[in-house]
Amino acid sequence: MKTYNIIILAKQVPDTRNVGKDAMKADGTINRAALPAIFNPEDLNALEQALRIKDKFPGSTVRILTMGPGRAADIIREGLFRGADGGILLTDRAFAGSDTLATSYALAQTLKKIGDVDMIIAGRQAIDGDTAQVGPQVAEKLGLPQITYVEEVKDIKDKTVTLKRRLENGVEVVKCQLPLVMTVNGSAPDCRARNAKRLMKYKHAKTITELQKENVDYTHMYNERPDLNIPEWTVNDIETDASQLGLTGSPTKVKTIENVVLSAKDSKVISASDTEIEAMMFELIESHTIG
Amino acid sequence: MNNVFVYCEIEEGHVVDVSQELLTKGRTLANELNCKLEAIVIGHELKGIEKQIMPYGVDTVYIADDKRLYPYQTLPHTSVIVNLFKEEKPQIALMGASSVGRDLGPRVSSALHSGLTADCTSLVIGDHFDKKQDKQYDNLLYQIRPAFGGNIIATIINPDCRPQMATVREGVMKKEIVDPKYKGKVVNLDVAKYVNDEDFVVEIIERHVEKSKVNIKGAPIVVAGGYGVGSKENFNLLHELAEVLGGEVGASRAAVDAGYAIHDRQIGQTGVTVRPKLYIACGISGQIQHRAGMEESAQIIAINTDPEAPINAIADYVITGDVAEVIPKMIKYYKKNTK
Repeated sequence: MKTYNIIILAKQVPDTRNVGKDAMKADGTINRAALPAIFNPEDLNALEQALRIKDKFPGSTVRILTMGPGRAADIIREGLFRGADGGILLTDRAFAGSDTLATSYALAQTLKKIGDVDMIIAGRQAIDGDTAQVGPQVAEKLGLPQITYVEEVKDIKDKTVTLKRRLENGVEVVKCQLPLVMTVNGSAPDCRARNAKRLMKYKHAKTITELQKENVDYTHMYNERPDLNIPEWTVNDIETDASQLGLTGSPTKVKTIENVVLSAKDSKVISASDTEIEAMMFELIESHTIG
Repeated sequence: MNNVFVYCEIEEGHVVDVSQELLTKGRTLANELNCKLEAIVIGHELKGIEKQIMPYGVDTVYIADDKRLYPYQTLPHTSVIVNLFKEEKPQIALMGASSVGRDLGPRVSSALHSGLTADCTSLVIGDHFDKKQDKQYDNLLYQIRPAFGGNIIATIINPDCRPQMATVREGVMKKEIVDPKYKGKVVNLDVAKYVNDEDFVVEIIERHVEKSKVNIKGAPIVVAGGYGVGSKENFNLLHELAEVLGGEVGASRAAVDAGYAIHDRQIGQTGVTVRPKLYIACGISGQIQHRAGMEESAQIIAINTDPEAPINAIADYVITGDVAEVIPKMIKYYKKNTK
């Protein structure tokens, strides 16, 4: 039976959905330490789609490619716990300050190095920026077609996939040849939970940097279990043009960042008592705002 | 050359609202930059389409008309735009932050190596001095958007790459006809010169597009709920209040994510922007992304258990209390006083 080689593009993001009061420091900068780092939610939807393809076509492989700091290895482990076969952490100071275009360039060059891939699947967008740009930009850089907002893989026959897309005001079913890039919508099924056996099996999966930080000698275990090694690639592992990397390679620059300052309106503060709510409704009716 | 371009999205023979809104914004920017406003329309059976476009003050309408170009597909639309932009070298290109624009924009920006900022809430012209390079830039497009969980507002610029690209959500900008008889020129593109056969590798098998049944954009009164509403059942109270007042129900992103309301009802930076006479925010904390979509409402009532909720700062009435307790009272006293 046909098998497929799938790469998931995933990102570790600060959980901006749960921004607490301590998210900003007194000087107006972001207190990253106060924000938990999570597997970008729609990238988990993407992982689920890939795992379903693997369920249907045993022998297929699902690997996670993520670019980020050392701690982003967490999401590769998370993927392993949920059913992925492996992953690559792309990490280097050279990528710091990348906008979506420079990020896409680094990812596309990495994918070229990885080589023979049938499907590149990413979440529609990441919650820290909501741009939805990296998927299509990677596709363009690889010269592959892109199918965005995928909700369901309806069918795969040899080299042809049929996908259902969720549009803002409807749905579309499209057919496309592999290889391709697809981005998965949040309306697609949630990702399966961690598997207890896999959790035990992969809890020691580490990158070389993580291993060096620990004082435990895992050499013996790693010789027997090479799958526990999470490959860590730097800029030296891929072919790049330095002018397209990081801050230099980013056409967009942040000119200013302003803390949000609320200009307080002169508001009427009222309680939930009957009298006060009735008075408010009466005012609104009198002023023809309602009624 | 070096003009302002707007990509006009077509749905069933009509230029969609967000494109009309961007034409108006584009006209303002072009006036300030003292350049022309140009539009590109790609689709099929577009005869006379310029009549929908020129009244916004458009100087040139480029039309790519071919039966393979409708409905929208990524690759051929990208090819037309990229090749046209290589010839015309616009300084600014705007697209709607719709399903189409958010698919097309990044592809075009990647092909041209130009910067793209998504979901801008404001676009203005301004200068920039780069200290490192000791270089002055005049008349850049400031692309302004909330970022990072809404705690900050970022101004993004593209100093060196052109076009400066931005997407904007529907309803953020206001549309305004400049002159119903505005005289521009039409340029019909020879489509075969702009697309390749390889651009047609994706086949659309089925397509169902429905006009949203929800009309929060045009509603005079919006009753919006956030995560603080607590449950889908409590959301029914919002529907009741909206019905009694003759309004519509909206929702914050957190409420949509929690499954309390459908995405069509989402208000804010990644949803719809509304400017009703009265906005009733129920259990909404009021992060900047949400406020971006409603702060121009004429009057705002905020109902929240948290007296410190950021939304309170922009509200005309601040009610500290539980939505489930307050809304039934509002309904009761509305009915009592309008009899």
